[in-house]
Amino acid sequence: MSLNTLTLKQALDGLEKKSFSLDELYNDLETAIGDENKDINAYLTINEESVTEAKVKSNKALKGVPLAIKDNFCTEGLRTTASSTVLDNFIPAFSSTVTRKLTDAGAVMHGKTNLDAWAHGSSTETSQYGRTLNPRNLDYLPGGSSGGSAAAVAGDLAIASIGSETAGSIRQPAAWCGTVGLKPTYGRVSRYGVVAMASSTDSPGPITKTVEDAAILLNHMAGHDPQDGTTSLTEVPDYTQFLNQDLKGLKIGVMYFDISELAHLKEYYQPALKVLESLGASAEYVQAFDPHYAISVYTVVQRGEVSSNLARYTGIRYGQDRSHFGDEAKRRIMLGTFTLSKGYADQYYNLAQRVRTLYIQDYQKLFGKYDVLVSPSSPGFAKKIGATEGAAMFGELEDLLLEPSSIVGLPAIGVPCYRDEKTNLFLGLNIMAPMWREDLVIKVGDAYEKATSWNTWRSNE
Amino acid sequence: MTGSPKITSAQVAHIAKLAHIPVTEEEKEKLATAFTETLAVVDQLQEVDTADVPTTHQVTGLENVTREDAVDERLMFTQEEALANATRKHNGYFVVPQVIEKD
Repeated sequence: MSLNTLTLKQALDGLEKKSFSLDELYNDLETAIGDENKDINAYLTINEESVTEAKVKSNKALKGVPLAIKDNFCTEGLRTTASSTVLDNFIPAFSSTVTRKLTDAGAVMHGKTNLDAWAHGSSTETSQYGRTLNPRNLDYLPGGSSGGSAAAVAGDLAIASIGSETAGSIRQPAAWCGTVGLKPTYGRVSRYGVVAMASSTDSPGPITKTVEDAAILLNHMAGHDPQDGTTSLTEVPDYTQFLNQDLKGLKIGVMYFDISELAHLKEYYQPALKVLESLGASAEYVQAFDPHYAISVYTVVQRGEVSSNLARYTGIRYGQDRSHFGDEAKRRIMLGTFTLSKGYADQYYNLAQRVRTLYIQDYQKLFGKYDVLVSPSSPGFAKKIGATEGAAMFGELEDLLLEPSSIVGLPAIGVPCYRDEKTNLFLGLNIMAPMWREDLVIKVGDAYEKATSWNTWRSNE
Repeated sequence: MTGSPKITSAQVAHIAKLAHIPVTEEEKEKLATAFTETLAVVDQLQEVDTADVPTTHQVTGLENVTREDAVDERLMFTQEEALANATRKHNGYFVVPQVIEKD
């Protein structure tokens, strides 16, 4: 078996037992990347010093394992573009807190992965370095914005990867590529050194082959950071202790199947609910606040925050000037500038922030009755390449079911729950919990994954 | 209920100036259409009853977060590092576009 197909846990165990060397692990990965990245375009930059860096880390927790990092995380000495030519020549002089913590724990930042430029999108088609393809079926998109990270994992061009989510950007590509994606609570993982998109919802998180791998990585990412004032002092547990649990007595609320455009998905998700019940949980359909309004809330809040966050790219201190922004970034910056301008802020921004409060209240009500909530990750399977052309709100519509929990800040995990035999495309089950309860989404995601065969890496064992 | 505004290309030109984004005449027309369409979707928010609902600008509940006023050298750039990515520099300074008109 080629070592690039290993899960993170298997790679760590194998290195521990000396079943193979770091050289062998990196060789197999480099071969796979060399063969396939020219088609898939998951990676924009490969760290040529990876093996050397890995070899001095073999006594640390993460033992020198290679990670794929979304190219909006600043990595000291390694080009960071956010997939925009504005930052074409940007070599950061510092590292994001996430990549520094992972590096300190023994991981190597092996490569930087493609994304929608500035993380604006849900297809990876808006990257100014070309689109990424879905390794499960090359006629299809990987989703986004963390499409490169999800594709690297799905195509076994990475052992595990890191992405970031503002409203669906971890869970939607994870679902479309048939991988696991964990979006932590807003404020659980530091945003310091991540190219800012919408600062009030940006959440870094892992995209991995298994729930266990996501738990291992979250252990090394989560926690308070003095450099990010929105990070919480809430204690970080060892997330791996929530693996291999039963779900006895767990109450699950099932969201969004009352929406007519999702009726066709019921046949795919009904079996998943049966599996959860067989593990001891009870599941019932619930009525939630209509997610369509979250599209508008997110559109206003995100464009507004983008317009101020991207004001810093002047081409003076670093990067190229503002004429290099692509069409999508221009649209978002300018619409945000408009909705925040004098006379319009109440009509748009403040109204959106009031409706955001209604979503928070709705989730509080539901979590009064249920331990976790589940829904489909996406309104359907991956879309074909080219699907975003002329679709100004493509991402917002594809992320319809994830936006409410994102604007509320909740932790969630997406796990594969169906594979279409004809297209080899996947659907994801989105599992949400109250603020700071990553333990619950890991417990439920892991129990579901181990009771089913949708996860393609389970046959490794 | 306020009607959804129709954005004109003159407004786009004004927004572009505020946002410091260069746009061509052709782009202005396209952007005006795109903004009008997006704002029509966003205006669905006016259907929601938000009387007496407070705004939420952040979800963690944290307030007045400060950190110790101490120098942390790991977070400091040397002059060389600070200038390393600048395309135009002069005698250890960033070169910025002129904003004050000469006589």
